[in-house]
Amino acid sequence: MSLRIVVCVKYVPDATGDRQFTEDLTVNRDDVDGLLSELDEYAVEQALQIADEADDAEITVLTVGPEDAKDALRKALSMGADKAIHVEDDDLHGSDVMATSLVLAKAIEKAGYDLVITGMASTDGTMGVLPAILAERLGVPQVTLLSEVKVEDGVVTGRRDGDSASEQLEASLPALVSVTDQSGEARYPSFKGIMAAKKKPVESWDLEELEIESDEVGLEGSWTAVDSATQRPARTAGTIVKDEGEGGKSLAEFLAGQKFI
Amino acid sequence: MAEVLVYVDHVDGAVRKPTLELLTLARRIGEPVAVALGAGAEATAAVLAEHGAVKVLTADAPEFSDYLVVPKVDALQAAYAAVSPAAVLFPSSAENKEIGARLAVRIGSGIITDATDLEAGDEGPVATQAAFAASFSVKSRVSKGTPVITVKPNSAPVEAAPAAGAVEALAVTFGALATGTKVTSRTPRESTGRPELTEAAIVVSGGRGVNGAENFHIIEALADSLGAAVGASRAAVDAGWYPHSNQVGQTGKSVSPQLYIASGISGAIQHRAGMQTSKTIVAINKDAEAPIFDLVDYGVVGDLFAVVPQLTDEIKARKG
Repeated sequence: MSLRIVVCVKYVPDATGDRQFTEDLTVNRDDVDGLLSELDEYAVEQALQIADEADDAEITVLTVGPEDAKDALRKALSMGADKAIHVEDDDLHGSDVMATSLVLAKAIEKAGYDLVITGMASTDGTMGVLPAILAERLGVPQVTLLSEVKVEDGVVTGRRDGDSASEQLEASLPALVSVTDQSGEARYPSFKGIMAAKKKPVESWDLEELEIESDEVGLEGSWTAVDSATQRPARTAGTIVKDEGEGGKSLAEFLAGQKFI
Repeated sequence: MAEVLVYVDHVDGAVRKPTLELLTLARRIGEPVAVALGAGAEATAAVLAEHGAVKVLTADAPEFSDYLVVPKVDALQAAYAAVSPAAVLFPSSAENKEIGARLAVRIGSGIITDATDLEAGDEGPVATQAAFAASFSVKSRVSKGTPVITVKPNSAPVEAAPAAGAVEALAVTFGALATGTKVTSRTPRESTGRPELTEAAIVVSGGRGVNGAENFHIIEALADSLGAAVGASRAAVDAGWYPHSNQVGQTGKSVSPQLYIASGISGAIQHRAGMQTSKTIVAINKDAEAPIFDLVDYGVVGDLFAVVPQLTDEIKARKG
């Protein structure tokens, strides 16, 4: 029996670029290069490893985003995913996590799945709540923040390293898994993978296809509103000294002056 | 005055500091009603009352520890139905964010995570968050439903504000999804005796410059001289020198202590994302060009193997 895996990925502005907000307080996507969120590469990698172990598996990579978001899908396809779905619609602009998760959930249901895999958080919003929200919307168990994951005989198991304990988790499929950056280095696409990706199918869906009304998403339809975004003033230049034998002592002097000692 | 639900983080009845900070913020927007779940829930009441909880709703059941997240969501949903609060607040942690997120879906509400401040506004509570590796400060609010907001540790002072703190048992009915994800085993993390990283007032971190697991004792000694938590950069964690649970940065913990001391850390954007909101930043690095020096209040360009032990000795001497 075929194992249908859907991996949700996000196209994000490069964190090393000069990220800004636009006038409507959404993320400025024009002035900074976008890419597949690094944390989602781990999700793709785990999907590939799970598929390798399964008798028969198919990996669909799914994203919600503007035209350029296809780049994220291409990257995942070149790593080895089988096909891709791109949900794109002008009305999606400004969607928050609740609105985006609604779209993802409808698309996942339409695509059909046994296992949904996501990264632990996006590298732009960094909320880390989408996996739990998706599990709630889909009505399936959440097996989240895994540093190790395995799927066997319709059961997913994994290790979750929390603040106070490390837990072993278990759930029956269908289920939703999120993986951390400790789950295993993501592979680089090979030249062959990159060439093969060009021939893999990428479907484009819009809101109508998913039976979502335009007022359920976008800036208007979102569940949160941003009132202001202010660039933090650059820190005033601090004191920098060169250690010539007394560096530790001068630092202690500073800390004492600040009442830390 | 409107009631505000506050989710209580506690270990067998010992309330963790971020919950007490959260009560300070909760009082700005209403009357705090605390929700404490699991073993020791009732034991939390006294300290919660001292810090402003007018009521403490408690529930205990094996489901809370035997299954992941969802049983707690069921309990919060019951509390929400019982109280009809103006907002639901959680101390930010990976698990608490997941509980809040699922609750938000169920009650048809928006969610804001990792707020660093909270104030009453005309259209409900206004949350401040740090965005884009803390290069921006964003103010936002929940525009649909009852605001669900998670707040980062160290966002407010702990203040005494005695209130009734009447304990009430919360009746919880677990739904079909509650037993979906079984916790088949749990290995408690060994306590180092040091403060928890995200809650600590002082954090001392080591990075690539520490150059090996065997050298991290230098960082630990400095931390211990200050009563600080120990952090590590991703480079140090990926090299296997220090546990991932101590990683500070985008894919690790986000900290905002009173004092952050970075040793042998260059200050890549991913690390800055996790520590840039620290009040006072100090760095020791032999590379004068390291980007961390753009952030510091005080920096020492030098070899950490010389500077850090000298600093530790000096602190010990001054503390007597």
